[in-house]
Amino acid sequence: MLIYALQRIGLALLICLTSMCLLFAALHVIPGDPVTLMLGSRATPEMRARLQHEMGFDQPVPVQFARFLGRVAEGDLGTDMWTQRGVTTIVLENLPNTLVLIGAALGWAALVGIPLGCYSAIRRNSWIDRLTAILAVGTISIPSFVVAIYALLLFAVELNWFPVIGAGDAGDFGDQIWHLVLPSFAVGLGWVGYLARIVRASMLEVMGEHHIRTARAFGLGEAKIVFHYALRIAILPTVTLLALAIGGLLSSAVFAENIFARPGIGKLIVDAANFRNFPVVQGAVLTTVALFALAMPIADLLVAWLDPRVRSTF
Amino acid sequence: MSEIPAGPGFLRLLGQRLRNDPLGLLGLVLVLLVLFCAVFGPSLAPYNPLKLAVLDRFQSPSWTHLFGTDNLGRDVFSRVLAGTRIALGVGGGSIAIALSIGLMLGLVAGYGPRWLDNALLLLFDSVYSFPTVMLGLTVMTLLNPSIGTLVFVIVVIQTPAYSRLIRTATLSIKTSEYILAVRSLGASPPRVLLVHILPNVIGPLFIIASMDIPSVIALEAGLTYLGMGIPPPAPSWGRILQEGFDSIRDAPWIVIAGGIPLIITTLGFTFLGEALRDWLDPRLRRVI
Repeated sequence: MLIYALQRIGLALLICLTSMCLLFAALHVIPGDPVTLMLGSRATPEMRARLQHEMGFDQPVPVQFARFLGRVAEGDLGTDMWTQRGVTTIVLENLPNTLVLIGAALGWAALVGIPLGCYSAIRRNSWIDRLTAILAVGTISIPSFVVAIYALLLFAVELNWFPVIGAGDAGDFGDQIWHLVLPSFAVGLGWVGYLARIVRASMLEVMGEHHIRTARAFGLGEAKIVFHYALRIAILPTVTLLALAIGGLLSSAVFAENIFARPGIGKLIVDAANFRNFPVVQGAVLTTVALFALAMPIADLLVAWLDPRVRSTF
Repeated sequence: MSEIPAGPGFLRLLGQRLRNDPLGLLGLVLVLLVLFCAVFGPSLAPYNPLKLAVLDRFQSPSWTHLFGTDNLGRDVFSRVLAGTRIALGVGGGSIAIALSIGLMLGLVAGYGPRWLDNALLLLFDSVYSFPTVMLGLTVMTLLNPSIGTLVFVIVVIQTPAYSRLIRTATLSIKTSEYILAVRSLGASPPRVLLVHILPNVIGPLFIIASMDIPSVIALEAGLTYLGMGIPPPAPSWGRILQEGFDSIRDAPWIVIAGGIPLIITTLGFTFLGEALRDWLDPRLRRVI
């Protein structure tokens, strides 16, 4: 078990390292020199020289890369080109907002999607099952930013039920929840259908297994069989799926944050990208990659811990 | 492709199949509608999608301007029609490129030496661990937004999934007896790969790639919406949404008109894609 855990975490770290190489290479492989790229062609020679020195571009490329790796290992993601603040600080300021948004989106998607999938599997071919199947495909394929814009137009602009922009007052918990409703609706909608589909499929599979037949033979009640014996196993694939979902959720969060003007990692990256503030983009994107890469081994270990069948193979 | 029969037999089978699958039929109708708009859109458009008419700005929908006009007085309906060609062109083109590259890399990874396989896998996994929009934004920060840059971004995002699929399929048949037989008859690696392995692994790839069309179209529109995709004045659906969003209070019809074609296209391709997948290769149901 320990070896397995170390292997998975090692792979995640290796992926982070390769991603850092890619992010570093991106800046150096593209044609044109990085300083002109960031400052534009109208910069004065003094500005160029200063930035060149600050960013370490006057050093040989391998030295730059070694420095970059060393800094990141110490938790320093670089310096904002314009405000001179540490990128790590800026990212940490914005990250909680995004995690709250993603958590809320996943939360409501799981609360609706898992029971829906479970019910669809038990009452196969009922009208709820059919409707769920159609809605699932529909909600999965509609882009989340279209959902976000339409939700904003209908519920915030026309009906005025929810606030249009921002994340709410810092101290006011109710206000923050109020601001969270529409963005998390837009981010989570696609996952309702996705979770319902996955839970339905794995529930159907589990219900056909021997231990369920044994439970039936012992005369256990249907509710006990479904919730205690079947659902506990059928839910496992969703744990892995939720880890995989983090990438997609972060992408959706970029749109939701920009449309609803919510502070967060996605808004940070887009704003920085518009000003060609590469250090901030690089640091923030690296953070999202690390989140995703580390979520995978955590999910695998969680599944191994939750599922006695997997646990016994270690 | 040898698996899919061609000619009228295929079409008749497709017709029979779709008669029993209302969602697939709906998908086919929507896709045909979108294709029709892409081909005939420019000749059907009542106005030039780029022509400014500032005096007519923010006209609400009427019979003269079906979807109204935008902040520069351009006819939104004509712009939506023109956007179809951009969406399908960028989406289809970049998927075709990603398919070809993914196919080659996947064959090499699956059939080549172990170290190359591991190196390529690590590369695929690293690229895959970038959330798609983040990867797009990173590249778009460094390169000037243009159609070429956007296609490059989509190719980079899509290729790893195709490579992985082909690699797995190649690995599973490279030890089979008929491959061993052709190898012992002296076939060179390129011949084994292209003549004997390729036809057996390519079928699922086409189905999966066709199911990626909606997400790629959404990605194009999304990056353009963020100002990082196709530069103005090209009437991409994402651009229409972005410009409409600035005046969402005064002229809500612009964002409504910009979102509907995206919904129609993604739904149509998804419904049709699911129907085709269930028909041509039901085993893939587990993969996607």
